[in-house]
Amino acid sequence: MTWSAMQPLLYAACLDTLYMVGWSTVYAVLGGLPLGVLLVLTGEGGLLRNGPVNKVIGAVVNVGRSLPFFILMIALIPFSTLVVGTSIGPTAAVVPLAVSAIPFFARLVETAVREVDAGLVEAVQAMGGSTWTVVRKVLLPQSLPSLVAGLTTTVIALIGYSAMAGAVGGGGLGNLAKTYGYQRFETNLMIITVVLLIVLVSVVQLAGDLVVRRLARRTRTSDTPSARWRFLLPR
Amino acid sequence: MITTKDLTKVYRSRGREITALDGVDLHVREGEVYGVLGRSGAGKSTLIRCVNLLERPTAGTVIVDGRELTALAGRGPRAGGELRRARTRIGMVFQHFNLLSSRTVQDNVELPLEILGLSGRERARKALDLLDLVGLADKARVHPAQLSGGQKQRVGIARALAGDPKVLLSDEATSALDPETTRSVLQLLRDLNRQLGLTILLITHEMDVVKAVCDSAALMRGGRITEAGTVPELLATPGSELARELFPVGGQASGDDRTVVDITFHGETATQPVISRLARTYTIDIAVLGAAMDTVAGRQVGRMRIELPGPFEENVVPIGYLREQGLGIEVVQAPGAPGAEGTDGRDAAPALTQGGGR
Repeated sequence: MTWSAMQPLLYAACLDTLYMVGWSTVYAVLGGLPLGVLLVLTGEGGLLRNGPVNKVIGAVVNVGRSLPFFILMIALIPFSTLVVGTSIGPTAAVVPLAVSAIPFFARLVETAVREVDAGLVEAVQAMGGSTWTVVRKVLLPQSLPSLVAGLTTTVIALIGYSAMAGAVGGGGLGNLAKTYGYQRFETNLMIITVVLLIVLVSVVQLAGDLVVRRLARRTRTSDTPSARWRFLLPR
Repeated sequence: MITTKDLTKVYRSRGREITALDGVDLHVREGEVYGVLGRSGAGKSTLIRCVNLLERPTAGTVIVDGRELTALAGRGPRAGGELRRARTRIGMVFQHFNLLSSRTVQDNVELPLEILGLSGRERARKALDLLDLVGLADKARVHPAQLSGGQKQRVGIARALAGDPKVLLSDEATSALDPETTRSVLQLLRDLNRQLGLTILLITHEMDVVKAVCDSAALMRGGRITEAGTVPELLATPGSELARELFPVGGQASGDDRTVVDITFHGETATQPVISRLARTYTIDIAVLGAAMDTVAGRQVGRMRIELPGPFEENVVPIGYLREQGLGIEVVQAPGAPGAEGTDGRDAAPALTQGGGR
């Protein structure tokens, strides 16, 4: 297979992968951030202490986390059809990707937010701040470096999952590797796919680390989680 | 300005009950600096947190500036709008400063103003004014991590003043600072108290803090207030533990046949040369065994232990003279004197007899 033949295929596959990862990241943040914050707020010693609510959210998150992505993807096919009207293609793949990324990110958010010094929360309460003020002005800004680090981990995990989604009809680099590398023995294209994934993951990790370091530098005292080099997450 | 009535706080954990506050009645007058002194675990931290209801008291009432905060609290653990508004008028500074590391010094001071809903320009102007007041106008743009402990506490104080509070609560504000920084921060609190008429309630475990800035003090032990009053009042109270701690005097009689007297100066008399007048009037030699004099809240107060020649019976008249001057007099019964016979002179602590056998 010539380079000129491969190029359009690679280009389209890359776009599909970025599309899937991009949208599922958006949903992971929209869903995981509030859930993670709620887990802390409703938990022991939280501002909205509520045992039952905490247990329910915790249980939902745990169920989402315990299902291997491959099984989740298949189990969610009817749901995907219901939501986006189709069960194949990148758009359909976003549904299971988002569903699996939301609890994943929620746990990382919970850990990050829990580390915020309780004294700061007390200080804002003493100023007359509401719970919402505490979340907006203290919990989120103070845990921002950890949140960005958690998001980096989530995006990299999503790149791995998206390859799996691609293999069962989602499109993207995973689909390319399956149809050309596995079924047609196009070794060159397979190698290029692998290199592309490595580059993609490295860029995400480096960008994430850069942002974390930037944020951490101005605070200096806050501890930043060490970089986690997760390339692919086969599960 | 701050009144608590029968304030009680009981913590329940795993079936056990711990009483942190056991019926505390506190009364802080407008414009005074009031120090609550006690060891760790005495309940002082719980007390100050109950004043702005960061801790919900189990029973009792809290009234700050005429408003009963305990009535605003509502039922759940969340603070309702009215309580939150009341809190904006109560400043609080903390032992560990509690500044947001993600914000600059100026933005930290602006935070309470954001909660109050001021516009950006007003916030900036007010924050810079406050930073100027605490002497940190040049540090507005740096992050708290780059400041020293004393500077951080100054930012904490500026932040606490942002809502124009009438009351400032200080929770061990100087306990994490070195002695010199402690002095300068206390001086700042004193200045703010005078300039702004700010009522300050501070809790501390350091006697020196009370000595340096407080008009009134209370001693806490086991969740109760065991002594309270203005510093002169405490000095005038015979047997006051706080007064003894604030002004410790020591010294042994130089021999038998001497009368040892502890004199407490409180109020106006401290400015008069009482001791030299006593010596001249009765032509007796007076030895000063020990003294702790200080200027507390602008008034000279303190205690002094003097020795008069001859046994007590010979000194009834000079002691009477001292009492007439409005001084607090305690005759220290020398060991070996009548009534204390048989005990060895040196080691036994001198027993106090109040009023000295009238």
